[in-house]
Amino acid sequence: MTRMRARLLVLHVLVLALLVVLAVRLWQVQVVRGQEFVTRATETRTRAVIVPAVRGQILDSSGRPLVRNKTALVVSVDRTRLSRMKDGGVKVLRKLSAVLGRPVSDLQQRITPCGPGVGKPCWTGSPYQPVPLDEKVDTREALQILERQEEFPGVTAEIHSVRQYPGGRAGAQMLGYLQPVTEAELEQREGLKASFSGVDLAGRDGLEYVYDDALRGKSGLRRVQVDRMGKALGVEEQITPIPGDHLVTSIDSRVQAVTEKALDRAMKSAPSADGGAAVVLDARTGRVVALASAPGYDPEIWAGGISARGYQWLLSEKSGKPLVSRAINGQFAPGSTFKISSVSAMLRAGYPLNGHYSCPGSYTVGGRAFNNFRGISLGTLTLHTALVKSCDTIFYRAAYEQYLKDGGRFPKRKPKEIFANMARAFGFGKPTGVDLPGESAGRIPDRAWKKDLWQKTSAINCERSRKGYPEEKDRARAEFLKRLALENCTEGFLLRPGDSANFSIGQGDVLVTPMQLARAYMALVSDGKVRSPRIGWAQVRPDGKVVRTIPVPVVGKLPLSEKERLYIKHALSQVAADGTAAGAFAGFPMNKVRVGGKTGTAEVWGKQDTSWFASFAPTKNPQYVVVAMVSQGGMGAQTAAPAVREIYEGIYGIKRKPAVPGGRLTTRLPRFAPDGTVIRG
Amino acid sequence: MTARTAAVRRPSLLRRITAESSTVRRLDGLMLVAVAGLCVIGTLLVWSSTRTWAPGSTGLVKKHLLNETIGVVLCVIVAAVDHRAMRAYAPLVFLLSLVGLALVITPLGATINGSHSWILLGGGFAVQPSEFAKVGLLLIIAMLLAQPAEGTDRPRGFDVTLVLFAAAITLGLVMLQPDLGTALVLAVITAAGLIIAGVRKRLIGVLTLVAGAGVFAVFYFQMLEPYQVARFTAFVDPSVDPRGVGYNSTQSLIAIGSGQLLGKGLLGGGQTTGRFVPEQHTDFIFTVAGEEFGFLGSVTVVLLLGVVLLRGLKIARQCEDRFGTLVAGMIVCWFAFQTFINVGMTIGIMPITGLPLPFVSYGGTATFANLIAIGLLQAIRIRRQSFN
Repeated sequence: MTRMRARLLVLHVLVLALLVVLAVRLWQVQVVRGQEFVTRATETRTRAVIVPAVRGQILDSSGRPLVRNKTALVVSVDRTRLSRMKDGGVKVLRKLSAVLGRPVSDLQQRITPCGPGVGKPCWTGSPYQPVPLDEKVDTREALQILERQEEFPGVTAEIHSVRQYPGGRAGAQMLGYLQPVTEAELEQREGLKASFSGVDLAGRDGLEYVYDDALRGKSGLRRVQVDRMGKALGVEEQITPIPGDHLVTSIDSRVQAVTEKALDRAMKSAPSADGGAAVVLDARTGRVVALASAPGYDPEIWAGGISARGYQWLLSEKSGKPLVSRAINGQFAPGSTFKISSVSAMLRAGYPLNGHYSCPGSYTVGGRAFNNFRGISLGTLTLHTALVKSCDTIFYRAAYEQYLKDGGRFPKRKPKEIFANMARAFGFGKPTGVDLPGESAGRIPDRAWKKDLWQKTSAINCERSRKGYPEEKDRARAEFLKRLALENCTEGFLLRPGDSANFSIGQGDVLVTPMQLARAYMALVSDGKVRSPRIGWAQVRPDGKVVRTIPVPVVGKLPLSEKERLYIKHALSQVAADGTAAGAFAGFPMNKVRVGGKTGTAEVWGKQDTSWFASFAPTKNPQYVVVAMVSQGGMGAQTAAPAVREIYEGIYGIKRKPAVPGGRLTTRLPRFAPDGTVIRG
Repeated sequence: MTARTAAVRRPSLLRRITAESSTVRRLDGLMLVAVAGLCVIGTLLVWSSTRTWAPGSTGLVKKHLLNETIGVVLCVIVAAVDHRAMRAYAPLVFLLSLVGLALVITPLGATINGSHSWILLGGGFAVQPSEFAKVGLLLIIAMLLAQPAEGTDRPRGFDVTLVLFAAAITLGLVMLQPDLGTALVLAVITAAGLIIAGVRKRLIGVLTLVAGAGVFAVFYFQMLEPYQVARFTAFVDPSVDPRGVGYNSTQSLIAIGSGQLLGKGLLGGGQTTGRFVPEQHTDFIFTVAGEEFGFLGSVTVVLLLGVVLLRGLKIARQCEDRFGTLVAGMIVCWFAFQTFINVGMTIGIMPITGLPLPFVSYGGTATFANLIAIGLLQAIRIRRQSFN
């Protein structure tokens, strides 16, 4: 028995040791590392479902919606639950495809997460978030799914809100569009971003992009407790979403509609027109009243995710790139509309305001003859008449004289470049800063720009000047191109005399956007201040409280005296009545609304002319600045001016009911009831 | 009332129970309290882990209570029997358990939860003969080794051979099911019997070598089911297949760990409610204790089991006959092994093996066998003084 007792003693020690090991390990797992496992338990036990916030509306100046939300029944599929099924959910998808009337393969592709080798339409969101499969199901289809949940495990039909555009195609580029937010974008956002869901949308262009922070609100979160099979057991935590604020814009949807229509008609009237834009500004506030670009597109194309083909169509040459807004991205030579800058430059250069200037049919600059339009001599003119009749030679001469003063080909150390600097003072050559993304800067071709361009292109030009253009079939043309290349190679960095002459009448290398031109005219006819136009007017909470009013910043001042500015404005006031646009405005009741403005016909090498008309009305204390541009539209008086006339007719109701009663724009924000609806009247 | 009449009358029942020499006074009360505590905790945990099977149900609690009641009855019966008389019954019990194991292999056997170790009795009841085989093997080993060789305190070589033979038959039948966990328990019981009985260290060494070679052969000739190999792989590195084999150990660790110090309260465990841990009412019942009662609760379970083990060892040491000591010692090793493997696998220090936690896990036959073993221990304790 002694031996047995001894061996039992060993066993005793062993048992004690085992007990201690278990206790120590339990302490380690539960107390030391407990918090870690609590976190992991929450991760396995719950599933966070992002509840998207209702996005704010975009409203016009009187509260009419430009973009609103409509509720839509959206059918979504929970991938996690499907993948836990024995057949990977194929059976459920097959049933779903029968209800939705879409092929199984399409549904399968849509719920497959994007990745290497998985092309669109694939799921870009989180694998735990239900994937929206169809945003346009009708109630009957949704009920079929909701009432037979046991047959459709993992499939839900929920009410979501999707964007709707009451104005149809109107202002599509300006309004912008939404796309699912990417993981990287979500990282940069503040606030709730516990998990990347893929249902959050982000504004990708236009106002939707610029005011995304205000519009989108804050997503809510539903932390659902699930069991091992992914079946929901209950809601553990709920954070209700905070709806986004509304954006009240200064757009007047009726004026917008009139503008779109006028632009469309102008595009149709010019046989080779390939693009156009119209800008209507409120000259008294600097806000945008209407902004149109042609060709346009129906923003509904974005709903429910765009197809690869649809996106290509929006950006293809063949369709005319309807996604691109010509109003802020179309850069064209402004033609004679640019003379407001040139005449101001003349004044700054010391040419007398009340002087008389000879307007010959032709003026020789640097050994080359520069002609008036059709080579007609207009005799001796005041600056006033020079603008009304659109004489070119007066400006050629002034620009050339200033060019020579600056040292001509071989400039002084600090050339004054009065013409280029005046153009900058009018806001050309840099983005206007309007509240739209990706605006183009235009171009002011001064000496520095020339030099910069030469540095970038001289290598190619110099090579071409040696090797010529052997691929060019036309001998004479090849020879011309070779000579041009040689000239550009050896002296491309020099501002040539012809460059200065062309610049003075808005031809050659100078490029402006319709928005730039509109705000330059606005500065001239209002108070001489250059503003950064604004479309957004106020950010309003869903309950109607105004969060902030968006100011219109003043970014510069025209270097003109009040007298000079009014002189130019007065001259322009006669253009539509007696000047180059008189034909286009024949029969327009000038006694009722006097329209001032300036036509522009810009030559484009190898293409039809760009047709411009920049205008303002009424000439006394202007309310509107309207600029229309039609690329390849021919003469300004032919295409753009009639479009502008049509816009004014619409605004003032010359032929039918006025878009803006009395032509006076509202100065007060729309009023909201506490439930967020707009109070009319 | 005279003194005479009092001397004639038998003392009252209460008196007899509380008397210095009464059988009840000689019971190991502390062990019984610990076992009762474990049974109560087990019942609560079975409730918590099975109530979610159907809405509004109490799960397997009623059945578990019935099992425990039957087990207690069996325990009392066994405790009443003189363990020395049990020596005589040992061959019969052993043979019966062999018959039971053999029946499992015949068409009468049934497969539940992937292990073919059941005999269905009808009415939703089933027995698991391998649980009884533990008791049967333990008794025959104790019987064979109780008589030492002439003039020594070591068992006779012939008896040792018989022990190995009996163990081989039982193990073989269990491995045919196959039930690796029970086979390991049987091997541990056999080894414990031989060691406590006092076989030479040389023999222990040889047997260890043979066992090692056996384990090697099992792996080398791939005699294990693929899932068993996978469990070992997953034990070495649970991240190999977190959704598959590693899932069990990962999920049980999460459940236990998330209980922290005080636990989430009975029925308050989200992991348990969500049924993330598989087999939670049987092999993984300890995870419910860990999650809902926290460190304090789970350590209490371990302590109660420790009380049973240590009191069992005390009974073994105090017993004055070899048979009783051997039986008690082997029972302690059986429970110790099952406790350590079961709790160890839920906290990631042992590989996943299908063994229930004594007195806590749900399971009829196991409950019966465990309580019979307690009965045996108590029987030995009651009659620890050797009268021959």
